[in-house]
Amino acid sequence: MAVFIRTALLVLKKDFAIEMKTGEILYTTLFFAVSCVLIFSFAFVREGQPIEGASAGILWISVLFAGSLALGRTFERERYGETIKALLLAPAPRAAIYVGKLLGIVLLLVAAELLLVPMVAFLFQEPLFERPLLLGALMLLGTIGFASAGTLFAAMLLRSRARTVLLPILLYPITVPVMIAGVLGTRALLEAPPAEAMAGFWTWFLVFYDVVFVTLSLWTFEPLMTE
Amino acid sequence: MPRAAQTDGRPPPRQRPEGVPRAVSVDFERVELAGLSRHFGRRRAVSNISLAIRRGDIVGLLGPNGAGKSTLIGMLATLIAPTSGTIRYDAASADQMGADLRRQIGLLAHELHLYTELSAQQNLEFFARLYGLAPDAVVAPALARAGLSDRAPDMVSGFSRGMRQRLALERTLLHQPRLVLLDEPFTGLDDQAVTLVSSRLRDLAAGGAIVVLATHDLDLADGLVTRVAVMSGGRLVGDEGGTAGVRERYRALVQQAKGGGGVH
Repeated sequence: MAVFIRTALLVLKKDFAIEMKTGEILYTTLFFAVSCVLIFSFAFVREGQPIEGASAGILWISVLFAGSLALGRTFERERYGETIKALLLAPAPRAAIYVGKLLGIVLLLVAAELLLVPMVAFLFQEPLFERPLLLGALMLLGTIGFASAGTLFAAMLLRSRARTVLLPILLYPITVPVMIAGVLGTRALLEAPPAEAMAGFWTWFLVFYDVVFVTLSLWTFEPLMTE
Repeated sequence: MPRAAQTDGRPPPRQRPEGVPRAVSVDFERVELAGLSRHFGRRRAVSNISLAIRRGDIVGLLGPNGAGKSTLIGMLATLIAPTSGTIRYDAASADQMGADLRRQIGLLAHELHLYTELSAQQNLEFFARLYGLAPDAVVAPALARAGLSDRAPDMVSGFSRGMRQRLALERTLLHQPRLVLLDEPFTGLDDQAVTLVSSRLRDLAAGGAIVVLATHDLDLADGLVTRVAVMSGGRLVGDEGGTAGVRERYRALVQQAKGGGGVH
């Protein structure tokens, strides 16, 4: 177990070191996420009045679109120079590589959310911070769910020539439950007064989704990565 | 070239230097391939190969492009699963030995498995940690062997192919693997570097490593390899011992295989 955790953290630390030098994924992801919210705000805010109930969907769509951009790039890095093979040759369970990559994507998306949530709250005049813990739990669990499926698919498509097209085609249908749970849970928190029971239900739904997908991914990563 | 004292015709077990810990005792003296095949769809990349390799061997895996050399190397490295047949590391299969088997495998492929966005030092430190080694003990000597001590903080993206190749070789050998798999290791190297790499491979074999060297450069293999295994069309068409006359023996084996219908 110690080797597993050490390997996962090493992969995370290595990706962080590369990102600190290049800033390639961080800046593009943040820029894309912010652009999404701004474009939606132009479309759905008329004469200073946002369309009712749209903000939760806009928040989650922006996070998920930005996430799919980051997922493609994070594994593209391992394709260049075929460093993924060197990682797969490490004397550790191969699923540790998956966990390291997953942690990196989750942290990146959390950073994007720290920027997007206040932005959506401001542009759409929504009381997003009334139940910060519940909102935080929803966002984190939804991010883990999306990233767990996305990391697996991005790794799986590494050798495919059509990976940039196939990733969103495969990923979005699989993560529809995350989108529904995230949007409905967030919308429940925006009601007056906040529907905590409904938000709690969707939070537990996301816990279930995360457990299923992380388990499935840990189980299938090695056979999927062996040619 | 100095060689270690031999017992029963084979090099003695390796002595691991200080600072290079081995976390587990998984090791092997012999790799045996039996009826090994790998098909990609309808294409037979490797077909029914049987071969036994022992420590101290430098096996020259020779053959034209598309002969199946890289696929065979990939299967030995546990990165490609065989369609049929077995690979045994002593008596155990890769599945039985698990992740610890990979501690004994070093692979230098055509793509060099280096992060070009990191420095030479950072690359070696990362891989040292990945293998549970102390970077302080192994990275500086590896950089010195690669002739890159003065370029240690430089990004690999600024290196020439030859410099990258030398760094990649040291990355491959950082954890002192028992099974050293090299796919065209001389690409981009100048004459001096070729001599150094050849000498390094001889030392490894003398120290008890099993070296498998895939190349189509017969001149470089001549005098270095201790066995010649010729592949063509995914099949092993010849397997002979001896270090000299590789080009002549390669031609003879290929002619012999053509005569017997073994070359496709």
